[in-house]
Amino acid sequence: MTARVGVVTFPGSLDDGDAARAVRIAGAEPVRLWHGDPQLHGVDAVVLPGGFSYGDYLRCGAIARFAPVMETIVDAARGGLPVLGICNGFQILCEAHLLPGALTRNQHLHFRNRDQVLRIESVGTAWTNAFQPGQEVLIPVKNGEGCYVADTATLDQLEGEGRVVARYVGGNPNGSQRDIAAITNAAGNVVGIMPHPEHAVEALTGPSLDGLGFFTSALKHLVGAPA
Amino acid sequence: MPRVVVDVMLKPEILDPQGQAVANALPRLGVSDVASVRIGRRIEIEFTGEPDLDRAREIADKLLANPVIEDFTVRLVEADETADARS
Repeated sequence: MTARVGVVTFPGSLDDGDAARAVRIAGAEPVRLWHGDPQLHGVDAVVLPGGFSYGDYLRCGAIARFAPVMETIVDAARGGLPVLGICNGFQILCEAHLLPGALTRNQHLHFRNRDQVLRIESVGTAWTNAFQPGQEVLIPVKNGEGCYVADTATLDQLEGEGRVVARYVGGNPNGSQRDIAAITNAAGNVVGIMPHPEHAVEALTGPSLDGLGFFTSALKHLVGAPA
Repeated sequence: MPRVVVDVMLKPEILDPQGQAVANALPRLGVSDVASVRIGRRIEIEFTGEPDLDRAREIADKLLANPVIEDFTVRLVEADETADARS
């Protein structure tokens, strides 16, 4: 049976269409979820896409956290549902306390939009098990508030528990502490990533096909392949 | 009716690039005696009844501030003080 992967649309979401397309190219059925509908409609995993939910008012992701669909997703994520937050989705996951730390204004204050090399450092998550440890991938990054910050104890804990999922290589685009581009929760089912794997799934539009691995990982995870 | 004012500031250890950018622009105004600038956010809350500081603190903690990176203070101000602050 084809896996069903939900893609949430908030007011101001930007990359929900691309995320749904990436899910389809990876071989799953994308299911569009609406911010105001608390039902997850039987999906097996959820992607929170990039964009500017609620206009980035107050703080990025701060208001989306209280959307009806998020209450259900937070509960389901605590129960093991695979959830991938991309860019604004990563910000929402931090605001919802599913992931530690916060994402702040890029240190140099410039919006950064470029193809970025990442090193995959944890392949034990629901969203990265299709990669090799240490594998370098090329994924577009595009953010204004992508600077990952957390206190030293949290950073040390993330590193000690192997929860830094990906790091920037060849230049840190936003000043993120310890070059962190992606992290996971303790269980490995929730991943937040600042760059955009959904923009690297087709030769026509992306710099590589490396982004597909995140989505095929979720499918592998769902059929019970060892993570 | 008094209002509740919530001031939200980045924690001291969190880099404030906006504040730095402003500080770096000051020499162009001929200002050379400013050591640093930090930028925060002021939120004014009007309750339907009596102002409730505890409720305001809850609002600040859950929504207005992100305690991971920000500190906040909550205080009561009279309506005219609010007007002064705007002028």
